[in-house]
Amino acid sequence: MSGSNTDWPLWEVFVRSKRGLSHSHAGSLHAPDAAMALRNARDLYTRRGEGVSIWVVPAAAITASSPDEKDPFFEPAADKTYRHPTFYEIPEGVKHL
Amino acid sequence: MTTSTVPTTAALSLADDALVLSHRLGEWIGHAPVLEEEVALANIALDLLGQARFLYSMVGDEDELAYLREERAFRNVQLVEQPNGDFATTIARQLFFSCYQGLLYGELASTDGELAALAARAVKEVAYHQDHAVQWTLRLGDGTPESRIRMQRALDSLWRYSGELFAPVEGLPVEPAALRERWLETVTTVIRQATLTVPDGSDHTPWAAGAGRQGIHTEPFGRMLAEMQHLHRTHPGASW
Repeated sequence: MSGSNTDWPLWEVFVRSKRGLSHSHAGSLHAPDAAMALRNARDLYTRRGEGVSIWVVPAAAITASSPDEKDPFFEPAADKTYRHPTFYEIPEGVKHL
Repeated sequence: MTTSTVPTTAALSLADDALVLSHRLGEWIGHAPVLEEEVALANIALDLLGQARFLYSMVGDEDELAYLREERAFRNVQLVEQPNGDFATTIARQLFFSCYQGLLYGELASTDGELAALAARAVKEVAYHQDHAVQWTLRLGDGTPESRIRMQRALDSLWRYSGELFAPVEGLPVEPAALRERWLETVTTVIRQATLTVPDGSDHTPWAAGAGRQGIHTEPFGRMLAEMQHLHRTHPGASW
């Protein structure tokens, strides 16, 4: 092991499954460039027929919310019940909800 | 003697190529430069192992063929038995072999012999092996000064085993020699694109030209075979 892994950027991998409508985060990997990241992702995350499409994104390009900001970000005022779609019934035959 | 229409020598030749290369690639497990590449090489090894098993089962008993034959009974080309060397050597071996195997299976898939079924299935796998080898050849050749030196050295040192790929194989419905021009074109394009030089030396070993198909192998093959076969030979018929 030469430790060259540390020289390679980290990539986040998103896979769209056969039945899925959107890409979901599958994991991450190291690769020297985008083309190789895509190939590595194929080997690591789609070898058992899980996916039909792959996105790779440089991990550095992702802007993430910080754990410190969790409260103001993710705790909306609970008294605003109109924000929650609980006042109507879902008609039969509606898919993908 | 088998009564089926399976061309035994041809099936064994292709199976031995796949098995021996699969074993060599498997030797990278635990030693690959990075984890991602280890998985890639192991995946390629498993594809090849699957091809070998399919072919062996056409001819006879898989275990007997893989584990109980002597060195001289193996029909693989000498290219696939060459040691892994550094990563560039492994990639050069992959480039030479996968370009050949891709062309061979492509032709074989459109014949109507027994081997066509395997070829049609495996041709997609091999396309990926070839892509993997091409991508790495480009990156190593056009990479750092060190990777460039190593990639050129690997191409040069394995070049003399490339000629044997096009030796005739008894019973094979495809004439390997007919693939040579397209192989050379593909490999030349990749090597040039990688800013490297196509080796200009002899493409076969003068002392054993094309002899792998006749059962003549290079010195490292014996040791590889010993490692591959010792468990089965120590515990014949053992099962999990």
